[in-house]
Amino acid sequence: MNKDSFLHKAFDLYYDGFRSMRLGKTLWAIILIKLVIIFAILKVFFFPNFLKEHAQGDESGYVANELVERAN
Amino acid sequence: MFNNLLLDIDAGTIDWSRAQFALTAIYHWLFVPLTLGLAVIMGIVETIYYRTKEQFWKDAAIFWQKLFGINFAMGVATGIILEFEFGTNWSNYSWFVGDIFGAPLAVEGIVAFFMESTFVAVMYFGWKKVSPGFHLASTWLTGLGATISAWWILVANAWMQYPVGCAFNPDTMRNEMVSFAEVALSPFAISKFCHTVTSSWIIGAVFCVGVCSWYMLKRREPRLSIESMKIGAAVGLVASLLAAATGHKSAQDVAAVQPMKLAAMEALYDGGNGIGLKVIEGIEVPNALSFMATNDFEGYVPGVNDILNGYTKPDGQVEPSVEEKIERGRQAIAALAAYRKAKHEGAEDSTINQQLSLLNENMPYFGYGYIRNKEEVVPPIAVNFWAFRVMVGLGGLFILFFAIVLAGAYGWPKALWRDRSITGLPNWHYWIAIALIPLAYIASESGWLVAEFGRQPWTIQDMLPTWAAVSDLQSSSVMITFFLFLILFTTMLAVEINIMLKQIKKGPQL
Repeated sequence: MNKDSFLHKAFDLYYDGFRSMRLGKTLWAIILIKLVIIFAILKVFFFPNFLKEHAQGDESGYVANELVERAN
Repeated sequence: MFNNLLLDIDAGTIDWSRAQFALTAIYHWLFVPLTLGLAVIMGIVETIYYRTKEQFWKDAAIFWQKLFGINFAMGVATGIILEFEFGTNWSNYSWFVGDIFGAPLAVEGIVAFFMESTFVAVMYFGWKKVSPGFHLASTWLTGLGATISAWWILVANAWMQYPVGCAFNPDTMRNEMVSFAEVALSPFAISKFCHTVTSSWIIGAVFCVGVCSWYMLKRREPRLSIESMKIGAAVGLVASLLAAATGHKSAQDVAAVQPMKLAAMEALYDGGNGIGLKVIEGIEVPNALSFMATNDFEGYVPGVNDILNGYTKPDGQVEPSVEEKIERGRQAIAALAAYRKAKHEGAEDSTINQQLSLLNENMPYFGYGYIRNKEEVVPPIAVNFWAFRVMVGLGGLFILFFAIVLAGAYGWPKALWRDRSITGLPNWHYWIAIALIPLAYIASESGWLVAEFGRQPWTIQDMLPTWAAVSDLQSSSVMITFFLFLILFTTMLAVEINIMLKQIKKGPQL
């Protein structure tokens, strides 16, 4: 890759930047742990898509029924 | 089809879902304002470096950018949990709001990803890779990206407070956007954005002055602390005055579209013309509430009882009583049911259209169809009353604080500062500045308490109360995740504070 090209410069910016991080390494570790907790644990085990699980493909029918019945 | 549904929603499910959402939002809001506020501070510091080319200012900019980075990293993705909660705990609401809520959030996600990930990288990695001008632009664009993100989130929030630019489709059961411009440029959203962002700058400024005060307390970093304090105090003073002005505009918006919230903020039961603003119960500033709400010292402000029983606005327009709104809400819901039944059974077009017309006519009061007792539309008054006073009181204190700090940092008036410097004051001065950091957060969170408690019971103003919006979940499962979050958020906050304090103790590498 041509060293003067935009892509090489962009790659170099990120590559050198990540390599020379000190405090950033700790922060990235925290971000990754947080993302794993959020997406692999919370989303999977605690936050399912309620309508997908209960509406059997007819979300508008389910919500209509809920909203009409709850007013009675 | 859904005969086995448990349609009597457990009150615990509503309360725990609300508590969980509040906890997540409060936690998320610890990071956002400091990001927005420190973005201005670090931008100004780097601008001075760009102009002077003095190494001191470059080191100072790197120092404030590090603190910005710690806060930014800890705040990353904390808002995503709110979106999970919409889909799980508030599924009726999520479906009902349709693309109106989704569009601003999608734009926010794209803007946040592209602007912030690009320019944050240049800001941290690019000191030796890009020109000083490009680096400076990246620093400001990092802050601008975060501010634009806040714009879209606040557009979504403002729509819930004042739903505009939409039409309800009874076939899809969703509100569909009819005017993106009306949603994105809603006057309510603009006021909310201006007030929220300027109040966030206050937090950044208080944090900056607090950190500088700690160095002064420790007799460290004399130049960094005094120069940064000047910038922090100047930003803080301007931001405090702007927050007061934008708050005044926000109050007028609330008076116009959420009069019950304003009445709750003031514990005003019986309204009228020329109403005073309560400092606390029993002490009031004459005519000030009328001015705050209408820009007219003799303006009319309705109280809780007026809103419940109906009143006539100054322009002669009659606001129906809550009982009348409940009746019309019930008609809307009955028309919705009849419309869907008629469509399902293949009834004649005239029957379908008749029900559709009845629904559209009463749709502005749809949510009132869920109200059993008119008192249910009154938000918790004590919370609103005191949260509003905490926000305004601390806001006033910050104006005074920043004015004093700014004068002190510049040694003005000279007669007072002839034999002393702001870096050599008795320690209690610095402790006060440090103690104001948590108070700035309390002021900011109090503002959100007013905004969100004040619109109870509505998830969408006049359209959907909490008990119609919530999913039919077991309250125990929501309670478990609430405590899980409490532990998780407390741990993460402790980690952030720990890293932040370590970095402050380490100081800049001048």
